[in-house]
Amino acid sequence: MTASAKAAAASPAVSPTAPPRSFIWTRRIVLTLLALFAATPLLVMLSSSLKPLQDVSDRFRWIPTQVTISPYLDIWSTVPLADYFLNSLIVAGAATGCSVVIATFAAYAVSRYRFRGKRLFTVTILSTQMFPGILFLLPLFLIFVNLGNATGIAIYGSRGALIVTYLTFTLPFSVWMLIGYFDSIPRDLDEAALTDGCGPLGALFRVVVPAAVPGIVAVAVYSFMTAWGEVLFASVMTNEATRTLAIGLQGYANQSQVYWNQVMAASLVASVPVVAGFLLLQRYLVTGLTAGAVK
Amino acid sequence: MTTLSPPGTSRPADAKGPAGDGPERPRRRRILPDRLRRAGLPYLLLLPALILEVLIHLAPMAVGVVMSFKELTQQYIRNWDQAPWIGAGNFRIAVDVNAPVGEALLHSFLITCAFTVLAVSLAWLLGVTAAILMQESFRGRGLLRALFLTPYALPVYTAVITWSFLLQRDGGMVNHVIHDQLGLTDSEPFWLIGDNSFIALVVVSVWRTWPFAFLILMAALQNIPRELYEAAQVDGAGIRQQIRRITLPSLRPVNQVLVLVLFLWTFNDFNVPYILFGKSAPEAADLISIHIYQSSFVTWDFGSGSAMSVLLLVFLLVVTCGYLLATGRGRKSR
Repeated sequence: MTASAKAAAASPAVSPTAPPRSFIWTRRIVLTLLALFAATPLLVMLSSSLKPLQDVSDRFRWIPTQVTISPYLDIWSTVPLADYFLNSLIVAGAATGCSVVIATFAAYAVSRYRFRGKRLFTVTILSTQMFPGILFLLPLFLIFVNLGNATGIAIYGSRGALIVTYLTFTLPFSVWMLIGYFDSIPRDLDEAALTDGCGPLGALFRVVVPAAVPGIVAVAVYSFMTAWGEVLFASVMTNEATRTLAIGLQGYANQSQVYWNQVMAASLVASVPVVAGFLLLQRYLVTGLTAGAVK
Repeated sequence: MTTLSPPGTSRPADAKGPAGDGPERPRRRRILPDRLRRAGLPYLLLLPALILEVLIHLAPMAVGVVMSFKELTQQYIRNWDQAPWIGAGNFRIAVDVNAPVGEALLHSFLITCAFTVLAVSLAWLLGVTAAILMQESFRGRGLLRALFLTPYALPVYTAVITWSFLLQRDGGMVNHVIHDQLGLTDSEPFWLIGDNSFIALVVVSVWRTWPFAFLILMAALQNIPRELYEAAQVDGAGIRQQIRRITLPSLRPVNQVLVLVLFLWTFNDFNVPYILFGKSAPEAADLISIHIYQSSFVTWDFGSGSAMSVLLLVFLLVVTCGYLLATGRGRKSR
């Protein structure tokens, strides 16, 4: 059996008897169908982004009449895509950074200390994840508007409000995943650091965090993806200046004509950072999930 | 977006048990002056997370419950504390299935239930099939895995925008294939309006969520000791028996969490219908989140919108608790 080095590493032993032919054929057929299902929209996205407008306005065609990169040049001027991109980057980046730091502190406390209310904390923080966003969208919207009116600071529509909101979306799952990960790190390690004269925070940063890098990366990837893709709150809580990609991309569809080739090009541009990051770091995500979630 | 984790599953936190806390105890007695500081430290570490969750999630939720008892229409948005109380009025309107508002809500609720059952079963089925078929390594497995995971990694809006392009009536790929190339239909069907929109919704939702099931199940499969399969092979068990006797039972604990997560995600889904259909979802695809959004932000009647949200919350709480009790997960963690 020829296996790539990566796959061989994942499964240490090759089965003594090869699977029967019927299984191999089932596998081939089913996986091909699934691959078609998964890949078709992606291929159409890519090919349409390289077509002239004529090709995407008429009947659908698989092969472009001519391959052009002009959609990739036009997307920046049809709508202020660069601004949206920057907004998304700022919001998702800041939310991810804060989320990782805060989740690390919280998970360290839960994983390494016994204290009153620990169970209450984990249950509360996880149960907030159960509720649909629509539930606190209205109150949060009103709170931000009224708070802004009372203080004179424009909270509603600001990037800060969006960052804080996204942060709280990702915190519970991040904390939960990191608790699992920290629990899998032997306590002897930070006990040793403590006896060597490190403070508790020293033990956290010098011992636990370095050992938990895969878990932390997983949490960061998850947080960034969540914030980058969020639509509901972005649709209500942003204005022209703070609009993120999630809402900005719909700008191509609001014109009198839909520039589908540009829509697809812009979609690809918006997708590449997260998809590339995800595929590069998915190994960590799987490890993080196995340690935290799937235990 | 709502990546949730049921309250009953916080087992890892407690699972370390007495063994993990053992070595800590004698030291705490030995270094007495530090005791006070140590007692306060965990709370200090938790404080940022706690403050944020309370401020952004719990407080608004409490406000939402209060709002549902008020007549919070457009003229009170700016000073909502002055809106008059109307008791259970909003709830009465929401559950009165003979009046238009209640009827529409019930319809939306039923649609959401049907959509959730269908989409979750399909997503799980595809996920478990792919995970089992890809358990053994073969050539191209890594590449295939990356391809399968890409729909999940795509930002939801770009994925759904692409689907709305595929599902266009006149220039879409789907109609091109089934009408022009295969000739299956007499005329080109509409996918984004009318009854077909339900099918479109299920397909897009499954396309986006099954990779998540695949990812989780694949991770879980790696934890099954290979000796089990080898022993089964020695005993003469075929592939089918191995799957039924070893693989599926080993996946049970993961499935319990996974199905709940998929259920809550799918049931609360706002993104897919919102981007696929725009601000007015067709009746056949009027999911509950989009329904509440519309009845709040289109009519600016936040009071009745909040009442519907509270009803939704109660429903989700009941279902989740019932599910956790039924699967025994809640009992174990207590």
